[in-house]
Amino acid sequence: MGLRTPLFSEHERLGARIVPFGGWDMPLHYGSQIEEHHAVRRAAGMFDVSHMRPVDIEGPDALPFLRHLLANDAAKLTAPGKALYACMLNPQGGVVDDLILYFRGPERYRAVVNAGTAEKDIAWMQARAEGRQLSIQSRDDLAMIAVQGPDARTRVEPLLPDGLRASAMQVGPFFAAEDAHWFVGRTGYTGEDGFEIMLPSADAAALWRALVAADVRPCGLGARDTLRLEAGMNLYGQDMDETVGPLDAGLGWTIAWQPEERDFIGREALTARRDHPDRRDFVGLLLTGRGVLRPHQSVLADGRVVGEVTSGGFSPTLERSIAFARVEPGTPADCAVDIRGKPVSARIVKPPFVRHGRICIEL
Amino acid sequence: MSDAPADLRYTKSHEWIRDNGDGTVTVGITDHAQEALGDIVFVEIPDQGREVDAEEACAVVESVKAASDIYSPLAGEVIEANALLNDSPDAINNSPYDEGWIFRLAPNDMAALSGLLDAAAYQQVVDDET
Repeated sequence: MGLRTPLFSEHERLGARIVPFGGWDMPLHYGSQIEEHHAVRRAAGMFDVSHMRPVDIEGPDALPFLRHLLANDAAKLTAPGKALYACMLNPQGGVVDDLILYFRGPERYRAVVNAGTAEKDIAWMQARAEGRQLSIQSRDDLAMIAVQGPDARTRVEPLLPDGLRASAMQVGPFFAAEDAHWFVGRTGYTGEDGFEIMLPSADAAALWRALVAADVRPCGLGARDTLRLEAGMNLYGQDMDETVGPLDAGLGWTIAWQPEERDFIGREALTARRDHPDRRDFVGLLLTGRGVLRPHQSVLADGRVVGEVTSGGFSPTLERSIAFARVEPGTPADCAVDIRGKPVSARIVKPPFVRHGRICIEL
Repeated sequence: MSDAPADLRYTKSHEWIRDNGDGTVTVGITDHAQEALGDIVFVEIPDQGREVDAEEACAVVESVKAASDIYSPLAGEVIEANALLNDSPDAINNSPYDEGWIFRLAPNDMAALSGLLDAAAYQQVVDDET
């Protein structure tokens, strides 16, 4: 048996199919993964993401510490509430984890890290914080519910605490608002508008039930995966990991090279990787032939293997199969993927595939 | 609770087999199997005329979750495959024992059919899994 979130009994009551994920027992779906996916694209859906871990980093050295720890530059965060997506690298330029960092005020930050890597991440941070004036606090006392979709914010609005409602409804994309107990980020992992709400575990079931009553559809990990794939968002452990760094995973945009004097972990390795002949392009794939793209299938061009699918599946919005793949630079747009020993034709496209309910690529 | 009709035969790998009474059988996957797979999004059906061995993988059902091989329950010749599944793979989810059939087979030895599981024995297989 795995770990259980404060919402586990809600999932059971709703008839969820429960699967192990990153050490946790989590809902895969509550009946139909495809229907859940469409609910998020067309109206509103919600995910229990309480397995993810908020980590509060506070103190006079918090900013210099984060500027050393992360490949993106925490100094970009000047407006309170602003969020930043960043990779935490090892000295070899591999990814220890990817995270969202929120700026809460001078010397106060909150990182949200992946479930399966949380303990490793916290140990990594603590080891690098030695001798600095700051505290690192794991917030496993908080639950987290992501409400996503075009109608998400209006359905959440009446359910927010009175003192937080107005400020939460005013925050722009990739900003957060908070009161003494709740933290509401206008962030997500679906390519739709919405909120990620962190709140005391004891409050989670009541909010979840109120959201169900407000016609927000409970969605499982299955829909979460197809939504993030359509939205062109990477999954840690699949698209990048401790051996595959951001330059080979389409995350070059998250590396803050300027200012040059900022010394962050992995900088030297990334600098060497930029022009390395082994560096691979990270691309989107649309399957034009019949079948389903899956991780680890080979990408073929000119009759030889030129890359590998890292994430793949069926896109409910496109009703086609899509994927991310790591390929040799210069791979022609018209290529193929080896599916059970047969080459099936595919085309390289630029993610995202879908954003805000709209298809962004040519079919 | 999934449903396993009494008039069909079954395999441990969750195929069902219907005796058509004309020297052919129809093969599909059970209600239990479709439920476990989740939403089905693609089916690779076998070519007509293909000779298959018993327990040979001859079709593939892909759900949102994963790809699963479908095994021929008996040796014989594929005489028809369900072309409806090319456009509507979810027919397997919606109607596993009727519209969602996968292929029709002319077995080399019709008597081998009685060696397959009956509904009660298949139900036991399902119960043992869960």
